[in-house]
Amino acid sequence: MSDESLQWLYAVARDSVPVEVAGIGDAPVRAVHGAGLCAFVSTAPAGLSEAGALQERLEDAEWVARTAVEHHRVVAALASAAPVVPAGLATVCRGEARITATLVRHAAGLTGALDRVTGRTEWGVKGYVRGGPAPVPETKSGGAGTAYLERRRAQLSARDRRHDEAARDADAAHAELARRADAAHRHAPQDRRLTGEPEAMVLNGAYLVPDERAVAFAAAVDDLAARYPTITLRLTGPWPPYSFVPALGAEPSDPDRVPGDTPVPAGGPP
Amino acid sequence: MAASPGLGPAPALGTGHQPTNLADILERVLDRGLVIAGDIQVNLLDIELLTLKLRLVIASVDTARQLGIDWWETDPWLSSSSRRAVERGDARREALGRDDAGHEDYGRSAQPAVEPGGDRRAGRPAVEPAHQAVENDQYPADAEGRPRIRRRGDER
Repeated sequence: MSDESLQWLYAVARDSVPVEVAGIGDAPVRAVHGAGLCAFVSTAPAGLSEAGALQERLEDAEWVARTAVEHHRVVAALASAAPVVPAGLATVCRGEARITATLVRHAAGLTGALDRVTGRTEWGVKGYVRGGPAPVPETKSGGAGTAYLERRRAQLSARDRRHDEAARDADAAHAELARRADAAHRHAPQDRRLTGEPEAMVLNGAYLVPDERAVAFAAAVDDLAARYPTITLRLTGPWPPYSFVPALGAEPSDPDRVPGDTPVPAGGPP
Repeated sequence: MAASPGLGPAPALGTGHQPTNLADILERVLDRGLVIAGDIQVNLLDIELLTLKLRLVIASVDTARQLGIDWWETDPWLSSSSRRAVERGDARREALGRDDAGHEDYGRSAQPAVEPGGDRRAGRPAVEPAHQAVENDQYPADAEGRPRIRRRGDER
């Protein structure tokens, strides 16, 4: 292995744990120590180290999908064995020395993040507008065209109203779930074509829940679903704490950036 | 699951429990940002666009199998989600052609690399339904009605 070969970073833990799953591209996952921490990495295929190669791959959806799943598989295996700070996809360093340097540079942030996630698990809760039968208003006098337009307007208005009510109840449900968690983060609702669901997503929450309260949290999701008939709630997880750790490799001036603390930028494309 | 210190116990999950799926994985591993420590500069497509593109790619079960990313069907972590996703495959393709043209802009920029139903979408008119503003409240439309979407680079 060349000293300059690309290293994929999966996660950071306090100590080494045995890793039995293969890394991206079936490369073996190994531990790299530094600053009293342990990074789990694998060496990327040589072709990826060339300029522009990674960029090119990252714009290939099939490659990203496969790589994301492989990345997650390693992170999930590590997280099931020890508290970890998961790295985002394609957190790469050129050479093992830079892995160690990253650990040293972010030691304080990583240690703090490990403390925050220890004994806690991320759970996801997604909320959708609960579907209902479209209202069929009485047809009033007037031509067929007018009747159609009135019917259509009533449908759209009912749909808007249902969405607004669901969004309001999703806010309330999120507040209640956040109260039961040590930390909470709302991801942007997923596009309906991503979810494959018939109704719009109004809540895409992530919650860092102490393990002793996990059962109560799951029960709370059921309770909230019963309390708010306007929304359907779905619990996902357990997740490695992706949504509650700082971005590894972020600028040194901003080592503690946590996604949950960062508002979604309002700006559009330039 | 008792011996899983990092991931905690698996609670007695309610009927609404929905195991992990690829969109959720992508959202989490990509939302973290693409972080390149070192000398490599990478600009990634907008996360939402990329995720949508990916979803369209895997909407085809056959494609997922070819890619070898159907391992979750037997993975205890991802258990039954994908089986259901497999069963929903046709429904999802139906959904792609349904009345949610408010996101047509996504579709234009994120043509699937492999998607049997893709050509059907390409032939649809770009209508602007009344509920677009509601559905895109995370990404308010610009003057030309295109949803404004965040880009990773905007955070830098």
